[in-house]
Amino acid sequence: MADLALHGLTKTFGKTKVLHGIDLAVQDGEFVVFVGPSGCGKSTTLRIIAGLEDATAGTVEIGGRVVNNLEPKDRDIAMVFQNYALYPHMTVRKNIGFGLRTSRLSRAEKAARIAEVAGVLGMTDLLDRRPSQLSGGQRQRVAIGRAMVRDPKVFLFDEPLSNLDAQLRTQMRLEIKKLHKQVGTTIIFVTHDQVEAMTLADRIVIMKDGVIQQVGTPSEVFNAPANVFVARFIGAPAMNLLPGSWREGGVALDMGGQIALPGRQLADGTRVDLGIRPTDLAISADGAGQITGAITLVEPLGAESMLYIDAGGVEIIAACPGRTAPDPGQQIRLSADPEALHLFDATTGEALR
Amino acid sequence: MTAGPVLKGAADRVLAAPAAPRRKGHPGAYLRWLLLFAGGLIMVAPLVWMLSASFKFSYELYDLNLIPVEPTLRNYEKVLGDPRFLRWFGNSFLIATIVTMSNLFFDSLVGYTLCKFRFPGRTLIFIAILSTLMIPTEMLVIPWYVMSQKFGWLDSYWGIMFPGMMTAFGTFLMKQFFESVPDDFLEAARIDGLNEFQIWWSVAMPLVRPALAALAIFVFLGNWTAFLWPLIVTNSVEMYTIPVGLKTFAVEQNVDWEMVMTGAAIATLPTLVIFLIFQRFIIRGVVMAGLKG
Ligand SMILES: Nc1ncnc2c1ncn2[C@@H]1O[C@H](COP(=O)(O)OP(=O)(O)O)[C@@H](O)[C@H]1O
Ligand SMILES: [Mg+2]
Repeated sequence: MADLALHGLTKTFGKTKVLHGIDLAVQDGEFVVFVGPSGCGKSTTLRIIAGLEDATAGTVEIGGRVVNNLEPKDRDIAMVFQNYALYPHMTVRKNIGFGLRTSRLSRAEKAARIAEVAGVLGMTDLLDRRPSQLSGGQRQRVAIGRAMVRDPKVFLFDEPLSNLDAQLRTQMRLEIKKLHKQVGTTIIFVTHDQVEAMTLADRIVIMKDGVIQQVGTPSEVFNAPANVFVARFIGAPAMNLLPGSWREGGVALDMGGQIALPGRQLADGTRVDLGIRPTDLAISADGAGQITGAITLVEPLGAESMLYIDAGGVEIIAACPGRTAPDPGQQIRLSADPEALHLFDATTGEALR
Repeated sequence: MTAGPVLKGAADRVLAAPAAPRRKGHPGAYLRWLLLFAGGLIMVAPLVWMLSASFKFSYELYDLNLIPVEPTLRNYEKVLGDPRFLRWFGNSFLIATIVTMSNLFFDSLVGYTLCKFRFPGRTLIFIAILSTLMIPTEMLVIPWYVMSQKFGWLDSYWGIMFPGMMTAFGTFLMKQFFESVPDDFLEAARIDGLNEFQIWWSVAMPLVRPALAALAIFVFLGNWTAFLWPLIVTNSVEMYTIPVGLKTFAVEQNVDWEMVMTGAAIATLPTLVIFLIFQRFIIRGVVMAGLKG
């Protein structure tokens, strides 16, 4: 029932248009992550949903009700900010309770609600501390608690983990995911980190320059990217793009070599980019393999090593098991998993299926 | 809005206070110490002389010795026993307190609005406020006087207070401080359902407490020591403030210098107390205002 819908949302700041018609329907209880490079309009979209910014055109619907003309406080949303926005002069209890200031609950009910939220977040012992006496992760939890206490229909998170160090970020990511399982409230989560998006989301919304590029489950956007941008944005290291032309049921690569793509039909001579993820390339035994090149650099990551390969002037990254990594300078041949090849139109960048 | 008659002086004095040198042993450091020592001596000497004179009998007053030959508390008994002096002390205290509270409220309200809201004419208003800082008190005294006369404010508390109820300097100071308050705080409160006034009062204001403390000291000290405008606007002895009142000790037939000095010494006490309590706030306030500017 608390589904959220955006219809034709646009936003103009002065003369610059930063959102070009955002359409999206979010189901009740869904965890949706907006991801995209910095400046693509994620925060602006979130702030329009929250009511902190007015849409230039389009509507925002929460629970089937158009909320464009409602104040933020009347939209039944709660927001967690990047720098937490905790009040330094108040205790954790007061900070969490702040969201209830305008609520009609009795004093005892409010106290019970605060205690409940603190319990869920495991902060019962910290209620009388001030934010300055908390660690980064604990502050983050208080910020979430302040949003939770109001029991909103929709949670909005704007890059809530980007101020934490890597280890804490992973841990908080997990906690947020558990929390979502537990309370089941709809969450809209903004991040520029594709790993966060992949791990948290039920559905990912990938944005670029104020335009949605693709909406889909993590596996959809990873395995069937809609265009070159999505293909290179999701997954690390980024997907290799090899320019070439369609010929005889496959791609004749500009750097030499022919890779067959059975089951696809294109006009001969069509310019395409062939996309292969580093993990879908394998070093092949003598003679086999469609791509040859010299290893310029080996980046050991432990379980895996990343090989940087100069293949006829194009840099290709391939992953190989860490134990058997070859040495730089070596000539190798690579073969691609035919199931995992992506084909993009070289001019539009759209995926060809 | 006026550039308060007295505030600027106080602010200038604090702003001009030299910082202690950090590096010891450096050859330049000794010279700096020497200069600072000389400067400090020049500043402190009149105060020491004032204190010394307040413990002297009049026959000894013009001797240069700092330690009185025959120290006495007689001057203090006389000054504190004078009902006029107590009245002036009360006047000064009342006026400085009200003006300070008014500045804390209005300067920060206007500073906050100029800092956190976008509206047409915002820059123009800010420039207009800033430009009043360049008009010296001496030039404003006549218009103030004419105004007070027209409205019947002469010889009243309101007449003494009105030019300083809000100051350009304070507005500027508070605006700069509010720049350091992230918008996230205000937006979080907006989502939590506070109205704009509540956001200012219960979210933004507590976050700029050091600035408020610094502003309070500037305004209080400035008004406590104000002389020119209170002298002009008041007629009756009951309306005098301490600085104006002390002058009457001096112009009566036989000038009681030891009384003037004693009164001044007593008047210094509250400023000293306030300064000692809040000085760390002042210094932080000045530093932060400077950095943000
Ligand atoms: N208040 C504003 N005034 C003018 N431009 C803005 C404003 N807020 C955001 N922008 C611009 O809108 C674009 C999108 O910003 P934002 O939504 O914050 O991006 P993201 O959160 O994806 O990094 C950026 O180019 C930014 O400069
Ligand atoms: Mg952002």
